[in-house]
Amino acid sequence: MKARVIPVVLYNGQVVVKSIQYDKHRNIGHPVNVVRVYNAREVDELIFLDISATINNRLPNYELLRDIADECFMPLTVGGGIKSLDDVRHFLLAGADKVCLNSSAVSNPSLIRAASERFGNQCIVASIDVIKSTNGKYCVYNYVTQTSSELEPAAWARELETLGAGELFLNSVDNDGMMNGYDEDLIRLICESVSIPVIVAGGASCLDDFATAIKCGASAVGAASIFHFTEHTPIEAKRHMAQLGIATRL
Amino acid sequence: MICIVDYGMGNIRSVSRAFEAIGEDSVVTQDPEVILSSHAVVLPGVGAFGDAMANLKGLKLVDVLRESILEQKKPFLGICLGMQLLASVGYEHGKHDGLNVVDSQVVKLSNAETIRIPHVGWNEVNVRAGSQPFNGIDQNPNFYFVHSYCMTGVSEELITATCTYGSEFVVALHLNNVIAVQFHPEKSQKSGLQLLRNFVDFSNQFSKHLTQC
Repeated sequence: MKARVIPVVLYNGQVVVKSIQYDKHRNIGHPVNVVRVYNAREVDELIFLDISATINNRLPNYELLRDIADECFMPLTVGGGIKSLDDVRHFLLAGADKVCLNSSAVSNPSLIRAASERFGNQCIVASIDVIKSTNGKYCVYNYVTQTSSELEPAAWARELETLGAGELFLNSVDNDGMMNGYDEDLIRLICESVSIPVIVAGGASCLDDFATAIKCGASAVGAASIFHFTEHTPIEAKRHMAQLGIATRL
Repeated sequence: MICIVDYGMGNIRSVSRAFEAIGEDSVVTQDPEVILSSHAVVLPGVGAFGDAMANLKGLKLVDVLRESILEQKKPFLGICLGMQLLASVGYEHGKHDGLNVVDSQVVKLSNAETIRIPHVGWNEVNVRAGSQPFNGIDQNPNFYFVHSYCMTGVSEELITATCTYGSEFVVALHLNNVIAVQFHPEKSQKSGLQLLRNFVDFSNQFSKHLTQC
């Protein structure tokens, strides 16, 4: 099994952006162009998230999704604004291979179960945003209300697995866009709590960080800033990981 | 014209888009007439075995697919769930009859307690020498997998490739006009598109061969 390197593309309804700690968005470019570049670079997989659909109560842009999917000859995970089983179906029909549910999983956990039963758990990715509270305790973060919730991340991860999620997408809000490394303790905590694959994101700054995250138990590493703002490419990341003894697709 | 069977199970659009990318016309259909008059049949799909068979039955496609494969001997490509459905029986959430084209069973990946399930991501495929759909592809290519179940009990001479995840299992087979793969060529970048091209070549040669007979 190869460790995957997955660029994470955030879309704000108009352009691709990159956030710092889920705030301060920087403009990256047109979504179709960004996706086309990653396809040409033969990345392992792509995660495309519409980060403003739920916040603005906006319907997902299916036309854009189809345009993006048409450029992807690698697996595409899409999220943002999914509220119902019908939304999941429309995302899959538009060309998504997997859908990513975050706030709707919290507000309506039965949606994870229903979607997994209807479409198979392999296409249901549950996303968990985690923030460290002032007393150092990890909490599940609600990016819509921008508040931390009562949910404990490891327990929530296990619950999502039980409900039928096929993969987890774990984000560290504190490390997002900071480019100072992944939160290794958080990765270990979640990866030890579940037996489904975990994709981690938040904080990758250098090529060594990817290998570290995999060694902490992650099945795949997601990253945005390092690919948007530095010279590093996903293939370079994988070559470096291979040198450190981690199997990657080269 | 290649027909891609749409039975409500998954990423049909990705498959038709991949054929488009290699310059091959295809039609997405659930119409028995279109399937029976096509030049080759592709059965894609992701999801659960039982639901898939129920959908095929609901669309009255079980006998149509069997006729196209076994009697018309149309070139056939099964992808992922489309490979598994060729089995005699599937054991995902209960016991379900398959299309019964390949004498085999579909079971959960073994050693499930030691590996993360589903098997999602890229894995190396061990291709057996001279296997048709892998012409022009690296010796040990990487393909993209998304599944929790696999085919077992497949007769040794039909196996064209295996993969190891937890234990070794069959990921490609070839039986006369039938080619089937457990991974997703439509999502496996260059190697995947090459495999689809090889299937197109195979179907052209096979049809020519049938006409000559």
